[in-house]
Amino acid sequence: MSPRITLAVAGRVLTQIRRDHRTLAMLLVVPCVLITLLWWMFLDLPGGLFDRFGPGLLAMFPFIVMFLVTSVTTLRERSSGTLERLLTMPMGKLDFLLGYALAFGLLAAVQSVLAVAVSVGLLGLDVQGPVWLLGVVAVADAVLGAALGLLVSAFATTEFQAVQFMPAFVLPQILLCGLFVPREAMPAVLEAVSNLLPMSYAIDAMQELVGAADTAEVWRNVLVVAGFAVGALALGAATLRRRTP
Amino acid sequence: MVKNVVEVRDLAVVRGEREVLPGISLDVAAGVTGLLGPSGCGKTTLMRCLVGAQQVRSGTVEVLGEPAGSPPLRTRVGYVTQAASVYDDLTVAENLAFFARVLGIDRAQVDEAVAAVGLDDHRSQVVGRLSGGQRSRASLAVALLGTPDLLVLDEPTVGLDPVLRRDLWDLFHRIADRGAAVLVSSHVMDEAERCHRLLLMREGRIIADGSPEEILRGTGAPDIEQAFLHLVEGQGEVL
Repeated sequence: MSPRITLAVAGRVLTQIRRDHRTLAMLLVVPCVLITLLWWMFLDLPGGLFDRFGPGLLAMFPFIVMFLVTSVTTLRERSSGTLERLLTMPMGKLDFLLGYALAFGLLAAVQSVLAVAVSVGLLGLDVQGPVWLLGVVAVADAVLGAALGLLVSAFATTEFQAVQFMPAFVLPQILLCGLFVPREAMPAVLEAVSNLLPMSYAIDAMQELVGAADTAEVWRNVLVVAGFAVGALALGAATLRRRTP
Repeated sequence: MVKNVVEVRDLAVVRGEREVLPGISLDVAAGVTGLLGPSGCGKTTLMRCLVGAQQVRSGTVEVLGEPAGSPPLRTRVGYVTQAASVYDDLTVAENLAFFARVLGIDRAQVDEAVAAVGLDDHRSQVVGRLSGGQRSRASLAVALLGTPDLLVLDEPTVGLDPVLRRDLWDLFHRIADRGAAVLVSSHVMDEAERCHRLLLMREGRIIADGSPEEILRGTGAPDIEQAFLHLVEGQGEVL
């Protein structure tokens, strides 16, 4: 592993995204629009529903977007031959993975600063804990999404398949994360499954931060998310083979 | 005798159900060596073995005295795949600058590599908007970075116009004159005369190995294509 190569990968990925204006605009604008839509939808209902669902959405955006973007871009690296070429060079597998994680983590930070600014500044989301910690949680979610995206791209041979991994891997996590039904109110089996899914901890971190503001609890959840991300990156590294059949 | 840059002994490769290389042995020395044979005869698989990208069943592949694909070789071997392995959404210069950083070499070499493949006028253009031939030259330029001791080029001249093909062959010879080994694969037999040495390949085996003159003399054929047919039909060997 070498910082020079990791940074080279991260820099290159960011240049590619910067060149793709439409993707960049969607990455940054769509979350803000969606969170506004959520606020508007709940506007006439009593009971502070925006405060309940808003944090969940803030945790989901970076995860979903980074999952999709990374699974497609790494699949492209695999199919275009650039990955094979890089692996014949002094490129460590971790350099490759961390380079991607770094680039998308940075992008997620910008994305969540915007989404949080809109939510807190314009839409009046009531955050009990420190607002900057929302950014930390969002970046952890993004890195997790990127790590899982890298991992599943190894099991897809076309971009169509890669996109299908989103409903297969991400939707169940959204359903079971505790946003719709509190996790402790689910059937025991589903609660146990929910405890094994990283998204549950991402949502917990956000909700804790916005609602109860127990920062120790937030950090504990963030650490679990980070642990999942590291695990996914390690598995992802195992799918990167210098020698292929 | 010239020291061999590549030594392959009893190399066997199975891809899926198919035995692509049944146990091949060959040497590649400095100079321009042509690896000629029909599509599907195992040229690409053999080249992937040389750069350490292919899982092998048995046998040994040594490059510059090290096992193929080992870490010390990763800056000394340049490899061009058949499809242009560059980033379509980056410019020519950005692509090269990235690979140069990965290799840990000076940015000045980027300009040399761009000039060597004749893409000076396109250096700020996004690769995805270049023609097929220009894209494959951008891919070739990446392989030139770091002045490798072995260049493995998988059909680098396919689809190029005659002027460009001549220019690229001149480039391969300039690289070889510097003391490097250049292994170029092609399924077009008329490129044979431009090589110092030829390896004719068919169904995963080397059926002839020698200079173009030696092969022509051995088979009595007027050109390499005829020599190839003669070898296949007569099952003769020129070694």
